[in-house]
Amino acid sequence: MSTPLQIGFIPLVDAAALIVAVDRGFAAEEGLEVNLVKEVSWSNVRDKLHIGLFDAAHLLAPVAIASSLGIGHVKVPIAAPFNLGINGNAITVSPSLHAAIMDEIEGDRYDPMATARALARVVAARRRRGAEPLTFAMTFPFSTHNYQLRFWMAVGGVDPDQDVRMVVLPPPFMADSLAYGQVDAFCVGAPWNSIAVDRGVGHILHFVSDILVRAAEKVLAVRQSWSERNPDVVAGLVRAAARGAAFVEENREETARILSEPNRIGVDAEVIRRTLDGRLKISPDGTMRESGRYLLVGREDAARPDPVQAAWLYAQMARWGQTSISKDALRTAMGVFRPDLYDAALGKGARAVQSRPAAFNAFAGPPFDPEDLTGYLASFDVAKRA
Amino acid sequence: MGAEQSPRIVIIDESPIRAAILQEGLREAGYTEVVHIAETQSLLSRIYSLDPDIIVIGLENPSRDSLEQMFQVSRAVRRPVAMFVDQSDAASIQASVDAGVSAYIVDGLKKERIKPILDLCVSRFNAFARLQDELDRTKTALEERKVIDRAKGILMKLKGLTEEEAYVLMRSTAMREKKKIGEIAQSILTASELLK
Repeated sequence: MSTPLQIGFIPLVDAAALIVAVDRGFAAEEGLEVNLVKEVSWSNVRDKLHIGLFDAAHLLAPVAIASSLGIGHVKVPIAAPFNLGINGNAITVSPSLHAAIMDEIEGDRYDPMATARALARVVAARRRRGAEPLTFAMTFPFSTHNYQLRFWMAVGGVDPDQDVRMVVLPPPFMADSLAYGQVDAFCVGAPWNSIAVDRGVGHILHFVSDILVRAAEKVLAVRQSWSERNPDVVAGLVRAAARGAAFVEENREETARILSEPNRIGVDAEVIRRTLDGRLKISPDGTMRESGRYLLVGREDAARPDPVQAAWLYAQMARWGQTSISKDALRTAMGVFRPDLYDAALGKGARAVQSRPAAFNAFAGPPFDPEDLTGYLASFDVAKRA
Repeated sequence: MGAEQSPRIVIIDESPIRAAILQEGLREAGYTEVVHIAETQSLLSRIYSLDPDIIVIGLENPSRDSLEQMFQVSRAVRRPVAMFVDQSDAASIQASVDAGVSAYIVDGLKKERIKPILDLCVSRFNAFARLQDELDRTKTALEERKVIDRAKGILMKLKGLTEEEAYVLMRSTAMREKKKIGEIAQSILTASELLK
């Protein structure tokens, strides 16, 4: 007997493991009859997951944490037994902002320290001549994009709440908004940066792996109460997603074709292929840049949820005034990421939960220490405490 | 609604027809302060100046995420919360989601005042969906009619048939091949394009 499941997703390449798991039949082989529902907003994905219209969802990792803590919305405890993607975002800027940053840059254009300082000079110059503040778009208040942009610009001394405007746009609208001058820059997942470059309206300034070596991006999210009632379904879903993730790495051509379907991401397979390969055209003039860390799906243990990642995201919520610091909340946040469920499903036995603060290697700031969040956060000059 | 002041309602909708249907329904029910915002440009400043008690927005509208961001960061706007926050009334939440409507409600507005507004929105959203459906069906039927007429003309010319004979030929072919007559007509058009 098969179990019917409704699973929501947003058209992004980091939904690949989930989409492939369904479209290649891995989920069916686990006895799961999955209906993938393409959504237009994270608010919809979250709400439909909350009220049970979705059994599971492709979800921004910080939304899973915010839901479990009841920040900004209703409190619904979420469990994330599978990490759908590590990294995968990029910062894209308009041709004029790109030129302004390149005029000011001292050092390597791929060095986020150099670009952050250059951005600070651009921002200061604009203020002196009375120009409008720059507008940066990201995908949701509780998103890695929001935190990555903020982390980067704050290192250069730009206060994201005072010196620039931060706005939210749905990923498929990013390139248009850049083209029409409504925003000057954005941080979004694949393939939407590449779409902007191909249209000649943007330059990819950074892969987010320049800012943090390893950042949990999207998770496969289920309601915690539901996961407790349906442990076998959760395990089957994790196994199907794990096969999907492995397939993504081994069969990029076929993955890109599957994702390009109109009811999935619905953009050209070749563009998707570039993002899977981490070989991106970063400027309209054809300049290419390659990185082995652009988007990790089924390699380097990317799929196994790492609670330290959840702690880092929680720390960002606190740094930017979305919540205050508490030991209980930290424990709850870390408890959203469930390596135990992942290990149980894949029969890898009870591995000790590895805390790997070193894996963060942010390009600036002290090493991340979940045991001392207050001390960690105090080391940053720019912040907005709750 | 008694002596209480009518709550201020903002409708964010790119469809002017649906917004009008909704607006009309709300006005008929005695809600006098209803404003429609069609464009997503400068949404925050519009909302700020209107200072609504309730914001109605379709679930298919991608601006929901932008709205939530505004509520998060804005000190100016009273912070509205999504109606899904109140999970005590599962049936009405289900009805809203089925109809594709969501609402943000400023804290403090009494539940018994919200419910009739939401119910009205749900029924008007459904009415609009039915209308849209009918329109789509009519459009499709009209287009099919056109295709059939053109295919008839081609058959009449190529095979020297009368209009009646051409139609009978298409209909019998459709029955034999278990297809719709519109599909047969379309393949005749395609074939004649290819053979030009």
